[in-house]
Amino acid sequence: MIEPLESEIAEWRTYVGKGPAVDGRDVEELETHLRDQIAELRAAGLAEDEAFLIGVKRMGKVDDLSREFAREHTGRLWRQLVSSGAGDEAVADRSWLEALVFAVAAAVVIQFARVASGFPEEESWLILNASLLVFPFLAGYFARRRRLPAGKVMLSALPFAIAALVVNLYPLAEGGDTQRLVAAHLPVALWFVVAYPYMSGILRSHERRMDFIRFTGEWFIYYTLIALGGGVLVALTVLILEPTGVVDAEQIFEWVVPSGMAGAVIIAAWLVESKQRVIENMAPVLTMLFTPLFAAMLAGAAVVYAVTGLGGVFDRELLGVFDFLLVVVLGLVLYRISARDPSAPAGWMDRIQFVAVLSALVLDVMVLWSMIARIGDLGFTPNRTAVLGLNLVLLVSLAGTAWLSAQFLAGRRQFHRVETWQTAYLPVFAIWAAAVVVILPPVFDFA
Amino acid sequence: MQIDKDLVAASATPLVLAILARGESYGYAIVKRVRELSEGELEWADGMLYPLLHRLHRLGYVSTEWRSPPEGRRRRYYAITDDGQAALAEHKKQWMTITRALNGIWKGIELLPFAPGMA
Repeated sequence: MIEPLESEIAEWRTYVGKGPAVDGRDVEELETHLRDQIAELRAAGLAEDEAFLIGVKRMGKVDDLSREFAREHTGRLWRQLVSSGAGDEAVADRSWLEALVFAVAAAVVIQFARVASGFPEEESWLILNASLLVFPFLAGYFARRRRLPAGKVMLSALPFAIAALVVNLYPLAEGGDTQRLVAAHLPVALWFVVAYPYMSGILRSHERRMDFIRFTGEWFIYYTLIALGGGVLVALTVLILEPTGVVDAEQIFEWVVPSGMAGAVIIAAWLVESKQRVIENMAPVLTMLFTPLFAAMLAGAAVVYAVTGLGGVFDRELLGVFDFLLVVVLGLVLYRISARDPSAPAGWMDRIQFVAVLSALVLDVMVLWSMIARIGDLGFTPNRTAVLGLNLVLLVSLAGTAWLSAQFLAGRRQFHRVETWQTAYLPVFAIWAAAVVVILPPVFDFA
Repeated sequence: MQIDKDLVAASATPLVLAILARGESYGYAIVKRVRELSEGELEWADGMLYPLLHRLHRLGYVSTEWRSPPEGRRRRYYAITDDGQAALAEHKKQWMTITRALNGIWKGIELLPFAPGMA
């Protein structure tokens, strides 16, 4: 026969363990506490059931407790966003409709803009303004979801208005370098504008910045998945409908693809917000898979470069390739951080990641060195400035990560510092992207 | 006497750090010590201590280890780190300043004669 006290404790343990941010070891810790308390009360002469009741009362209300745990362990909450009760499900239902409204609006607006601007015959205006037509809807979606007050809504709209003016009033040379650079950097800058409503306008909070980093990574995974599925759908549509002669492939591409791409931006965001659990299983698996592979590739490349030198392989495009490489490595680092339990001790994956980051840094410094050595002969062009600047921005970010990771691996620092470095550095990326859009074109006469 | 909730929350970190500065300990013992020190005036919901301890761990102020002594239960022990010592010193400085200021003004009030008609 099970003792009544044991079954009561078991029941309490199950109840406490239901808190989304309370994990198994926390429950064990709390249970030990409760048992200590009961033992002491029993020793003072209380009956078993009395001791249990007082002990449970002293622990505090379970709801308060799980809220307090959730505040400390937001990462865990992110991992298993459990809807607790019927009320939340109703909200989830409406959130689906809300996302659809914004997605359809973005799709319609981009289609109007496409027809009005004469895309694809006249392509540069739409390519330049695409993010300006879509991201306001994403920002609006978050403003609504987070129930931002009117003042903050205005504040989130302001950067879009400024960007629209800048991009369309600058006399950017048709097909010029600055035009291409603005087209490439504007979406990045505007993505950080979306961060404002996403973070409910609280930009200084480390936790919210971390959430935004997670959101960005997971949004990217979802968007890629939707794009893959969409690509298959469009290809099949073309293959099936073209023989009928009613439509041709061109028409399908023009009408379906831009709207699909625009709508998917918001749908992907909604998926990240409401279907956390699926992604939670994906991000750690992807990093587990690719971090060692990248580490091996980068370490190998670093050895080859160190042995053969750069003389033969160096050309102007190479630094651009390395920008791309550093972005990927940084992405891996961020995925790893977001999927990692911050209080876990250093493990072998941390070491492998450190090798990857260090190799990428060594490679990049070698390329950067020869680039800087030659920039005197070659001179600054818009492209070279943008590529070099981005390289430096990424280099500092990864160098900081490497330095703090080394200290973490040596046991001299907490992993928390690696996280705060990433979140503290986030504005630098935003400022750089904005600078390329706003400052670079006039400096180079809009060439 | 019911101590204000905000005050309890604000004093929790320095209290826990100060107790751990006297030697490593585990949750239940920490709560007991707080009760003793405050002569039962400072009442926490015991469970709330744990999220706090986890936060201190994340910030690197305490280190932690699960241990099962031959007699008794498996427990999670917490010990203060150098960073924790530094944080404690900082807390101490702030609290000293506040108590000094309050003491100064309260002494002044006691010296003042009560105005007639004051409750």
